Amino acid sequence: MNKILIVDDEPNILLSLEFLFKKEGYKVFIARDGEEAMDIIEENDPELVILDIMMPKVDGYEVCRYLKKNHKDVKVIFLTAKSKHQDIQKGMDLGADLYLTKPFSTKDLVNKVKTLMN
Amino acid sequence: MLSNGLIIAFTFGYMALLFAIAYFSEKSAGKGRSFASNPYIYSLSLAVYCTAWTFYGSVGRAATNGLEFLTIYIGPSLFAPLWWIVMRKIIRISKVQRISSIADFISSRYGKNITLGGLVTVFCLVGILPYTSIQIKAIATSFNILQYSETTLNLFQIPFYKDTAFYLAIALALFTILFGTRDIEATAQHEGMVMAIAFESIFKLVAFLTVGVFVTYFIYDGFQDIFNQADLRGLDHLFVLQGENGVSEWFWISVLSMMAILFLPRQFQMSVIENRDEKHLDKAMWLFPLYLLLINVFVLPIALGGIIHYQEASVDADTYVLALPISYNQGWIALFVYLGGFSAATSMIIVSTIALSNMVSNNLIMPLLLVNDRLKSKYQHKLGNTVIWIRRGTILIIILLAYIYYKEISSQFSIVSIGLISFVAIAQFTPAIIGGIFWKKGARVGAMAGIIAGFLMWFYTLVVPTIVTAGFFPESLMEDGLFGIYALRPQHLLGMEGLSYVSHGLFFSLTLNMFLYVFISLFTSQSSKEHNQAVVFVDIFKYSTTLDSSIIWKGQAYLPDLKALLFNFLGEEKAENALKEFSLRTGKTLGNQRYADPELVNYSERLLSGIIGAASARIMVGSVVKEEEISMEEVLGILRETQELKSLNLELRQKSFALKRATGKLQSMNETLRLNDMLKDEFISTVTHEMKTPITSIRAFSEILMDEDLPEEDKKRFLDIIIQETNRMTRLIDQVLDLERFDSGRQKLNLEKADLRILILQSAESMLQLFKEKELNFEIKLGFDQLELMVDEDRIKQVILNLLSNASKFAKSKVILNSFLKEDLLIVKVKDDGKGVPEEEIPFIFDKFFQARNQTSKKPIGSGLGLAISKKIVEYHGGQIRVYREDNLTCFEFNLPFHEKVRQHTETQKTYE
Repeated sequence: MNKILIVDDEPNILLSLEFLFKKEGYKVFIARDGEEAMDIIEENDPELVILDIMMPKVDGYEVCRYLKKNHKDVKVIFLTAKSKHQDIQKGMDLGADLYLTKPFSTKDLVNKVKTLMN
Repeated sequence: MLSNGLIIAFTFGYMALLFAIAYFSEKSAGKGRSFASNPYIYSLSLAVYCTAWTFYGSVGRAATNGLEFLTIYIGPSLFAPLWWIVMRKIIRISKVQRISSIADFISSRYGKNITLGGLVTVFCLVGILPYTSIQIKAIATSFNILQYSETTLNLFQIPFYKDTAFYLAIALALFTILFGTRDIEATAQHEGMVMAIAFESIFKLVAFLTVGVFVTYFIYDGFQDIFNQADLRGLDHLFVLQGENGVSEWFWISVLSMMAILFLPRQFQMSVIENRDEKHLDKAMWLFPLYLLLINVFVLPIALGGIIHYQEASVDADTYVLALPISYNQGWIALFVYLGGFSAATSMIIVSTIALSNMVSNNLIMPLLLVNDRLKSKYQHKLGNTVIWIRRGTILIIILLAYIYYKEISSQFSIVSIGLISFVAIAQFTPAIIGGIFWKKGARVGAMAGIIAGFLMWFYTLVVPTIVTAGFFPESLMEDGLFGIYALRPQHLLGMEGLSYVSHGLFFSLTLNMFLYVFISLFTSQSSKEHNQAVVFVDIFKYSTTLDSSIIWKGQAYLPDLKALLFNFLGEEKAENALKEFSLRTGKTLGNQRYADPELVNYSERLLSGIIGAASARIMVGSVVKEEEISMEEVLGILRETQELKSLNLELRQKSFALKRATGKLQSMNETLRLNDMLKDEFISTVTHEMKTPITSIRAFSEILMDEDLPEEDKKRFLDIIIQETNRMTRLIDQVLDLERFDSGRQKLNLEKADLRILILQSAESMLQLFKEKELNFEIKLGFDQLELMVDEDRIKQVILNLLSNASKFAKSKVILNSFLKEDLLIVKVKDDGKGVPEEEIPFIFDKFFQARNQTSKKPIGSGLGLAISKKIVEYHGGQIRVYREDNLTCFEFNLPFHEKVRQHTETQKTYE
């Protein structure tokens, strides 16, 4: 079973994403901040991480940098409200596979995750 | 009555005192503490006007002519208020043009003309020398009286080496040389001399008042007694205005003395050259007349007292002041009076000789020396020293001449007549000077003709008769007139009768003088140099600031030549300093220029003027300058241009200043706008960002709900979330709108009387549930029972709730709500034991979206607008909000004032609506 980690500090967004991907048959882990995310990555080796950027303690950029350094194969999707051109550029430069902005289409997100996982 | 030795001891003692005063004043001034720069000293120094003539002669004149002696004091007193117009102008001109004497003044005004300056000098000498000699005579006579109780007739037969007066004259010359020629600059001010003269003025006044009091109150029983006795003896004609020619006599002598007070060389020296500040005139204008009044109070009583006392005895009335104390055996008073007279005489001699020596050196000898090429080349390189020694020699010669004159000639004349004749001589300068400073058309030829004619007339009407009296000319000249022409009788020209001979002389000399001056000036065109000076003199207040640049001058001068010239006169150090000052003031560097520009040439010329006089300075500068004659049109053009440039410059300066200010304003406004714009951008981007969060949830759950066949339970849960998030959005929008209204001042408070105790408790109560859930200990302390304030109840609740809810997010174990009254404030504090606000964030914590702006690591606070809105609400109520750390607790505190501010604030807000 494919393992997905979802990182966001908004409980309701976490809830919706968790529900969505569980239904698609993924094993879903959730984290409320960057620190928690890194712990889960070390413990559970998720294949794909959906990352918010603005979070307490450790932000999304930091988590992405950490992943690309220590877990090169893990796919990264930024899912954030930051939609400015510079923000997208910065995310892609860090080596993210996808950069999606909030609000998002659930169908679209699920499809993109599927494509990335195969 | 007193021993010769005693008198001599006191006399020289007094001289020593003068030396000491002068010496110590100079020393003190050298250390920067000048006593002479003071309106009182200035006024006293003007009292050099009162000479031995005043001291002895007034009483003599009063004894024969009654109140008429007052005329020579009434004139200056009447004229004193006009000093502000005339004297101030003369002072300003003299300072700007560095004028050193009356001769220099006239020569300067009329194109720096040598002949005119020399002429004035010669006439001054002729006019003043006899006057100086009678001062010596007064000293000798009074000395003699004091010694033998009466005038011994053989006074003039004493050989000079046995004559005390001779040694006194030498001592005076020494004093004058020592304190009058220390500095090469004739315009330099003589601190020591001025102080000594001021002292002498006090001394002679006190001495005269002493003898006045003695005569009036000790010999007689006061004024009343003297006048009664005089009345009984038929002397009443002395204390009323006399008939016949009395009125015209008063008029003419007053006019005469008005001119004398301005133009007597010693007065010019004191009032103009030694003036340190034009403002001193303010006080002198009333102090000097007061001095004259004081020194004249006892003149008539002494005169009457003398006449009554001596009856038929032939005692010269000129000597009453001294003779009366002697008759009553008051040796010490007599000695004091003698010294008073001595001080009056010496002050005149000292100042007059200084003034005359400056004129002789600058306007007579220097020009002669400089015109003669042989002499010039001989003295060229030591001119500075030459000037000083010429002056010293002149002083000695003048005093010796005065002494000789006294010995050989003056035995014939009484004191007063010489004084007045002297005055008339000096009065001849009036048309040229007064015309010169008020009338641009006044021309050199006119001035020269006027002065020469006036002097000839003076000589014929006033001097010739005294020569006749002395027996050198035949008596018939007086009775039949010159060449036997009856109309040319010296004292009755054109058959004029009814004026005293002095008034008669004044009338004819001055009338002729004025007529020639005006008439010739009207029909003469001035040279450009002369016109230039005329304009500068008449419009001095306009030009005094820009003089160097507005003087017309065309030509070239080699800078090294000009420098060499200055070195010769000023000495290397002073010349370098003067040049430094010039470049400092004008901003021009004189480094390695080859030619000096006109401004520098003018400056140098004025520097030299201060030393050797205007005319000589012109010759000297002319010798190193290749000058071109300049046409009248050019002169006027340049002058006009300077004026126009000046005003244009001013206008430009004002305009550019205004422009600068406007630019500054615009810049700061632009800055504010840019900042506002940036803040607005940031605000919008933050707001939209914040809105995306609930929208994301709403959309996600909506899609989940739409697509899937969900269990009822999940459906309900997700719908709840959607509603929750919608509420969150609504709240956010409301807050944004709130804040916007507060920011723009359109927010209105709904003020009502509210009990704050109830309000606070209600707010706290609504939070209890939350604290219980978070297991936080919640404490409330209220420090007052009841307090009604005009507040917007909902808004204040909003603030308290916001602070409590923030506290609940950070607190570890407890939250404290504390409220109390302090002075006229209600204080509300919300404390929690959380980790607190970092020091560096405190200034921004009340900014909107502070937490969001502080970027990527977000803190768990609501919308980020709560504190910003709370701050606005508190401020709208006239209060303040702040955050600080106290006893390891984070403390948010706000206060509400009881006073009117709240209402006023809301009222002004209403007017916005």
